[in-house]
Amino acid sequence: MSSGEIVVRALITGFIISLVVITGFAYTTLFERRLLGRLQARIGPNRVGYIPIPWRGGEKRFLGGILQPAADAVKLFLKEDPTPAKVNRVIYNLAPMLAVIPAILILAVIPWAPAFRIGSAKFQPYFAIAPNVNVGVLFILAVTSIGVYSIVLAGWASNSKYAVLGGIRATAQMISYELSLGIIVLVPIMMANTMDMGQIVEAQRHVWYIFLQPLAAIVFFIAGMAELQRSPFDLLEAEQELSAGFNVEYGSMRFGMFFMAEYMKMISVSAIFATFFLGGFRGPFVDDLPWLGFIYIFIKIVAGLFLMIWIRATLPRFRYDQLMSFGWKVLLPIAVLNFLITAVLIVMAEEGTLAPLIDSVSKFFTG
Amino acid sequence: MGLLIPQASDSIQELSVEELRAKVGTGMEIVDPEEHMLLSMGPQHPSTHGVLRVLVELDGETVVNLAPDIGFLHTGIEKNMENKRFVKALVMTDRMDYLTPATNNLVYAMAVEKLMGLEIPERAQTIRVIVSELSRIASHLVWLGTSALDLAAMSVFLYCFREREIILDIFEMIAGQRMMISYFRPGGLWRDVPEEFVPAVRKFLEIMPAKLADYEALLGQNPIFLARTKDVGVISHDDAIAWGVSGPSMRGSGVDWDNRRDQPYCGYETYDFEVPLEKEGDVWARYNVRMREMRESLRIIRQGLDRLKPGPVNIANYKVVPPPRADLGTSMEAVIHHFKVWTEGYHAGPGYVYQVIESPRGEMACYLRGDGGNKPARVHFRTPSFVNLASLPLMGKGAYIADLVAMIGSIDVVLGEIDR
Repeated sequence: MSSGEIVVRALITGFIISLVVITGFAYTTLFERRLLGRLQARIGPNRVGYIPIPWRGGEKRFLGGILQPAADAVKLFLKEDPTPAKVNRVIYNLAPMLAVIPAILILAVIPWAPAFRIGSAKFQPYFAIAPNVNVGVLFILAVTSIGVYSIVLAGWASNSKYAVLGGIRATAQMISYELSLGIIVLVPIMMANTMDMGQIVEAQRHVWYIFLQPLAAIVFFIAGMAELQRSPFDLLEAEQELSAGFNVEYGSMRFGMFFMAEYMKMISVSAIFATFFLGGFRGPFVDDLPWLGFIYIFIKIVAGLFLMIWIRATLPRFRYDQLMSFGWKVLLPIAVLNFLITAVLIVMAEEGTLAPLIDSVSKFFTG
Repeated sequence: MGLLIPQASDSIQELSVEELRAKVGTGMEIVDPEEHMLLSMGPQHPSTHGVLRVLVELDGETVVNLAPDIGFLHTGIEKNMENKRFVKALVMTDRMDYLTPATNNLVYAMAVEKLMGLEIPERAQTIRVIVSELSRIASHLVWLGTSALDLAAMSVFLYCFREREIILDIFEMIAGQRMMISYFRPGGLWRDVPEEFVPAVRKFLEIMPAKLADYEALLGQNPIFLARTKDVGVISHDDAIAWGVSGPSMRGSGVDWDNRRDQPYCGYETYDFEVPLEKEGDVWARYNVRMREMRESLRIIRQGLDRLKPGPVNIANYKVVPPPRADLGTSMEAVIHHFKVWTEGYHAGPGYVYQVIESPRGEMACYLRGDGGNKPARVHFRTPSFVNLASLPLMGKGAYIADLVAMIGSIDVVLGEIDR
């Protein structure tokens, strides 16, 4: 395949996936609002766009609220967009963009389905915007780190005390939790012996890593939530303390872009979690029917989103110092230990000393 | 009140210390105007429970000094009451502490009765106790919901309001109003409770214990909630007495005092209930006291329902309480009484009284002076939130800004009652 073909294919798939994810983000907000409603003994938005059921007099509504995201988007675009006095305009306008771009970029290396062919177009070795990137994991870590700049800059440029506090909280939080995230990501990398996302999925053909490394999966999910600044780690926008934190001075679609970035990052983290620990697009019959891969990863992403929303409905928020001590004193040691033990076991297995050890241990217990 | 609020664009560094003091306006001592950030939390802020403004001097995330600034909800209720006849002034009391109107009605009605020397029938006393305790539970539910929301446990808030809805439905049933019930009148009650009152309350008594267990499962066993509340905002036993803290906030500090038990009214001395007490004096202790108080309130309500006997709910003095509506068609005297009660009202005094009750927030008292006219000459309320709020600087210094929010939630202030 020539380089021109690669570029064209990447553009087309990138366009499709971006559109899907932007729609997905909109419906994630609806999913969150409806699900939170259910969890909190209320209904949630069910008015905008519904399918009346004629044989029940149109009374019974089906898929209520299906157009709510569109209505929200229109509202956000049509709102007045005030810029407060004395803000640093360049940075103030740049920050929302800096939030959205990394959130979309992450999706480039996520494998969505195994290799398949449509007519003459062949998607190999798996379906992704940028397949076969042998540093896929590094790419993700690098891009997520950019996200923190948007928050810090938004907080700093807004010329608001609440926003500054939110921005400062964000810096400390992202740096602390990125460390745990970076270390725990090494576990699937070591086990699959590759940094290519598609090969990590392939390595989980027989058993998902969540069953082999449950602790690593939990640490990854918690650190991922902290990277997302989702509840209970949403200190930087802590509504009850800082009103809205870093985005307090933003309105209209500029605020909407922060919102968009948060929900797209939710989707990305769910997708990364699914790829690392839930076998990505793998599932029954996926080798014969590649399009099933899309369905499997969709289900896994929605499961991750469900968990995040459920946690948000349940847990109170950490305090700043508790967040720090949890990150440094609990999560990081667990991540390091998990990493070291996994590394030792892998080396032992490669050198063939693991099997005799297990034998002797089992002999010791069985007598 | 109505003071200049520092603009977001003004940094402390641009102002001299004198200018800053003038701007701050609360008389708060600024420890370090050069290095620290001055943050005006409120009056429009999600977790200052209405329109409380707290001026906070911050060193990073740590609160160095703070001063609550009140008066944004001042409505002149006490002064207004001087221009209304005794029974009409009663409706103003609902608007003070809008989360528990029944106890406000109670303290004012009891003050008027004390001034006039009226004895209230047994059934009215019992219903007053039942409705006051329902009101206490409703108020504590709002406290639980909002203070949990301050810690971002958002679901509990909606669950609490779901249960509060049942109580408000009961209030609507007895008084026609859901919040501003004005149900207790000097001389008894507005009218007797309807038949469906007792079954409705019994149903509520059945539902509520399981719901309380739910809240405790969501909050009391949650490690994050424990970490956020334990050893936060400590008021010691002696400080609680010295600063005049009252109610559950005081009992959380181990001061064993409850006006329902120690200065009984409405026949509380004949009910069997415990006064919950915790020693630690932190947010967690105050949470525990209120949770246990709700259970005790359920016990009191159950006993009250058991002893509810048919009988009059108003005194038979038609100079104070309007005669039964049915009599108006047959008795000329009743028509005259009805006319006099609703146009001229009744006269009280001269003299003054001081009536104390235990409101959900603490020691609620009414000072009432009559000069023999048909309007109160002076009404003053000793409101618990006002005094409790004064302990905020005591708790808040050296805490984190997130703790400050938890503390404001834990002393359960209602701004309507503070500013009056």
